[in-house]
Amino acid sequence: MTAQADDELWSAIADPSRRRVLDLLVSNGAVSASWLAGHVPFTRQAVSKHLVVLEQAGLISRRKQGREVLYQVEADRLDQAARAMADLAAQWDRRLATIKRLAEAAHAENKSRKQER
Amino acid sequence: MTDLVIDRDVLIEAPAEVVWRTITEPDQMSQWFADRVELVVEPGAHGYMEFGDQGGPVVVEIVDPPTRFSFRWNHPRGEEPAAGNSMLVEFTLTPEGDERTRLRVVESGHERLAWPDAEKQRYADEHRGGWGEYLDRLATLLAKRRSG
Repeated sequence: MTAQADDELWSAIADPSRRRVLDLLVSNGAVSASWLAGHVPFTRQAVSKHLVVLEQAGLISRRKQGREVLYQVEADRLDQAARAMADLAAQWDRRLATIKRLAEAAHAENKSRKQER
Repeated sequence: MTDLVIDRDVLIEAPAEVVWRTITEPDQMSQWFADRVELVVEPGAHGYMEFGDQGGPVVVEIVDPPTRFSFRWNHPRGEEPAAGNSMLVEFTLTPEGDERTRLRVVESGHERLAWPDAEKQRYADEHRGGWGEYLDRLATLLAKRRSG
């Protein structure tokens, strides 16, 4: 993923209202914007805005069914987001492991110097 | 803190003063973070970090030896790091006995990089809790739905 794609993804997910919309889509499959509006404490307009952002981030997609437009979660993209998150954590684990090694080596060296004196 | 993203810790067999030097001295930082680090460890100091053939600025925030150290960076963008366009890295050192230190790191800000100002403010006002676990939970739920 590019940095720009990352940003879109994180900002899409970081918003609590959008997470609520995502939650509903994960639990209920393909639903319409009107249905969503009936299940959240914010306006139909706000729902539409959130759907646009989620769609731009690739987290959801839409399809037409008769006269209705239905929204659904893009499972692969969501998995990708979860993995990217885990990668960031793993990167810090590696950095912390290096810090641990460096600090413990420095400490051992300090101690042996003191003993020599 | 409501907007944490990454929160990890490690137990180190060394006193806090030794761990402090490892995380704050530029020649040490260049071994665990960037390839090259130019930094004066003072609050508000601006420095530079190099990763391979790319580099970016870093700004020191809190220096409270030997317990707290934090800085902002926004590699690979290159803008001056400030709240809203950068990642904040916060280290906390907690002694556990004479020669043992718990080192915790929290990196936040990944989700705010691309936001317009109004939305950032709204986010700060509304945000209820960390969302790293949320993402895991959602992915798990989705996996269940797909297999079930």
